Amino acid sequence: MRLAYYPGCSLETSAREYNHSVQLVGRLMGVEFHEIPDWSCCGASAGHTTSRLLALALAARNLALAEEMGLDVVAPCAACYQRLALARHELAANPSLWERVNGITGRPFNGTIRVKSIVEMLLSAGTEKIKSLVVRPLRGLKVAAYYGCLLVRPRAIQIDDAENPQVMEKILRAAGAEVVDWTHKTECCGASLAVSNEEVAIPIISRILKAALAAGANCIACACPLCHFNLDIRQAKAKRFLANYRPLPVLYLTQLLGLAMGQGERELGLEAHFVETRSILKMVG
Amino acid sequence: MKRIGVFVCWCGTNIGGVVDVPQVAKAASSFPGVVLATDYKYMCSEPGQELIVQAIREHRLTRVVVAACTPRLHENTFRKTLERAGLNPYLLEIANIREQCAWAHQKQPGRATEKAISLVRRAVAKASRLEPLFASTIPVTRKALVIGGGIAGMQAALDIADAGHQVILVEREPTIGGKMAMLDKTFPTLDCSACICTPKMVAVAQHPSITLYTYAEVEKVEGYVGNFEVTIRQKARSVDHTKCTGCGTCWEKCPTRVPSEFEQGLGTRKAIYVSFPQAVPNKPVIDRRHCRYFAAGKCRVCEKVCPTGAIDYQQGDQLIKEKVGAIVMATGYDLFEWEKVYGEYGYGRYPNVITSLQFERLINASGPTGGKILRPSDGKEPQSVVFVKCVGSRDPAKGKEYCSRICCMYTAKHAHQVLEKLPGARVYVFYMDVRTAGKAYEEFYLRTLQDGAHYIRGRVSKIYPEGDRLIVRGVDTLLGRQVEVGADLVVLATAVVPSRGAAELARLVGISCDQNDFYTEAHPKLRPVEANTAGIFLAGACQGPKDIPDTVAQASAAAAKVCALFSREEMAAEPTVAQVNQFLCYGCLECQKVCPYRAIEPVTVSENAAGKKIERTVASVNSGLCQGCGACTVACKPGAINLKGFSNEQVLAEVDALCL
Repeated sequence: MRLAYYPGCSLETSAREYNHSVQLVGRLMGVEFHEIPDWSCCGASAGHTTSRLLALALAARNLALAEEMGLDVVAPCAACYQRLALARHELAANPSLWERVNGITGRPFNGTIRVKSIVEMLLSAGTEKIKSLVVRPLRGLKVAAYYGCLLVRPRAIQIDDAENPQVMEKILRAAGAEVVDWTHKTECCGASLAVSNEEVAIPIISRILKAALAAGANCIACACPLCHFNLDIRQAKAKRFLANYRPLPVLYLTQLLGLAMGQGERELGLEAHFVETRSILKMVG
Repeated sequence: MKRIGVFVCWCGTNIGGVVDVPQVAKAASSFPGVVLATDYKYMCSEPGQELIVQAIREHRLTRVVVAACTPRLHENTFRKTLERAGLNPYLLEIANIREQCAWAHQKQPGRATEKAISLVRRAVAKASRLEPLFASTIPVTRKALVIGGGIAGMQAALDIADAGHQVILVEREPTIGGKMAMLDKTFPTLDCSACICTPKMVAVAQHPSITLYTYAEVEKVEGYVGNFEVTIRQKARSVDHTKCTGCGTCWEKCPTRVPSEFEQGLGTRKAIYVSFPQAVPNKPVIDRRHCRYFAAGKCRVCEKVCPTGAIDYQQGDQLIKEKVGAIVMATGYDLFEWEKVYGEYGYGRYPNVITSLQFERLINASGPTGGKILRPSDGKEPQSVVFVKCVGSRDPAKGKEYCSRICCMYTAKHAHQVLEKLPGARVYVFYMDVRTAGKAYEEFYLRTLQDGAHYIRGRVSKIYPEGDRLIVRGVDTLLGRQVEVGADLVVLATAVVPSRGAAELARLVGISCDQNDFYTEAHPKLRPVEANTAGIFLAGACQGPKDIPDTVAQASAAAAKVCALFSREEMAAEPTVAQVNQFLCYGCLECQKVCPYRAIEPVTVSENAAGKKIERTVASVNSGLCQGCGACTVACKPGAINLKGFSNEQVLAEVDALCL
């Protein structure tokens, strides 16, 4: 499988370990990534809240670049994925807007390529493929699969049920992990409010942690740098709201898969997290 | 030569305020065949009609054109006017210059006048080709079929039977009573639902003019108004009801327990069962899907204990044919399947999230908890109960666009009942609007507020378990903030949808449904209890969500319509039906495919051709079934079908007059 690769800003900075683990696991699964040359902002965070046109144009430029490569594009960051996929959908539904956006970017996007999330990319290889690559099954791990708000929304582009999705669970089970049934898998993580209004964000984060702990999880799997940022770095602040707190390592889905496929903790960047991940390594053995 | 009179109506300022009426009349006087063209303020009034009668006599008119409002309103009025003047009533043509002209083009009076003249020219062209039509009569079988034995069906059956006609009532469940028999109390009077429903059930069973088929379904409907022939499938009960005394030994001893439909899954029943103690008939049926003997070939306990030898495992389905003159549809409603789409409420995984109908069983003294409000998960008394309204209603994204009408009131009733039965309990009601149109309804709602129910205006975004409680998270749009309520029990007011199989039944009977599968009435305001197929009437929630008073009113109205149909031995049939010219027809039967009323059938005709006798198939229209829609005339390739009053020649003359 050959795919255009859209890393996005987070994967170059705060989520470098996500980038590494995606590349590692992708390579193991026979995916060939070609980074989009001269990629630019996807339009997430501030962009799409200030101007719809700006957000569409930002996304369309990257889509056009990928289209020139003739490849479907994968965006591991959930926010990037959602911006690109939604822009593609919105443009296709509105020809006059599409024309306008193409005029703005100066790079006509024709809608011939698709946008894939990391979950879609992994699943399209098939769970059998994943199983065949597992050398160290994640036995003993009880994972709370956390999708956040963007990975399976909105309805127009959703790849799984928005209230009780199962795609991550399927992948994790294939890697030998036990997944817990829990209540907050698609709740908001607080997103960028953690920067601008921490007082609002921390209780939101603590609720997610509380639900995962109540379900008996010993770690959380996610697929979004911002979700990871909030649940991992801010766990120290959120724990004061939690009566029965115990540290809950937060890993990227691809990090867990990488572990199962025998990759080392260093390569996967497990040491880059704020909440200790050693307990996970011990459990997996 | 035809002598045509044109009468242009002002309709006060409705037409006259936009269209230059005298000019229309003036223009009409020059159209071919027109010997008189005049105008009048209100043509439908007594003097207006008298004007037409006089003109017909004075000018020896043979055809009449009225340019006025839509023919749906006054076509009949003017046909009668023609009849009074001694003309065949079908020699009338209406030009609709109100709805299709004056009202549509209020801002362009000049062009509206031009269009009105064109419309009149069209009508004149058709009028000159009109031929007299004569209504025929068809016999009426004075016996009615009522489909559905809930309160709507029972009321309609009783009213028709009390008027002296025979009624056949068919109910697919083992008992009549429908949803009303499941309810605890009815709003706003709080009288016991069973206490007012069971007497009706008994009255139906004992009425000498009502034949009751329970555990039976209508399988086939043929024929037309006044002359239907229906086939009813009596499903095998596996119990001979002529021998059974309803003693109850069999269902006491039956070893198989399954969730009870009547208890909405909150309680159980046996594999041989009566739905509830006051069921009518109070004799059991065997649910073969769950019966041990039918599933595994062993058991036969009921047969052993039955003192009268009524158990009959060999019993098969029976087909019964009945001739009836009218059909009342009273198939009622079911609840929207919220478990399939409301993931945010748990997809039905949380036992303490129940529907309002389940709640009815929970507070019902004859229900699974004996009338105690106990939550299903552990049988504890809830201290905090949350009601969520509009689950599936007014939610085009996930459910139905319409309002289910009854939920605001029954939720107010439920809230009241919780506060009454569980002193100290907290009650929260999430709502979008509170809609209480009905006699003494708003007063009841206000009383519930005074009782102490907390009404929160906003939607619920998520329900999830935390420990042994449920957390209900939503928004209070009046305060503009999120709210979270801890609940021991959550009750969802799920949307009212047509009962399962309603659309298939509609196809089988030959009536139409709206986009939500509710049966369509012939006119939303003026013919609310008639289906658009003659002889078929609608009662209750099958036509749209309704509470009990409205359902009973509509059922009685449908019964009155049936009685009116039965008031004579013969009825006049509309002459505007399709007619096949069998010489031109070559039997392709394209017409049969497009006929929505199943009025066309192939017949074999024999004729002489070149000295030989040959047989061939041609289409034939059953004029009793034909509703004159004209679909067949369009489908007919050789042009062999003409709709009387709308013949190909007439319609083409109209097109020519408009376009050439």
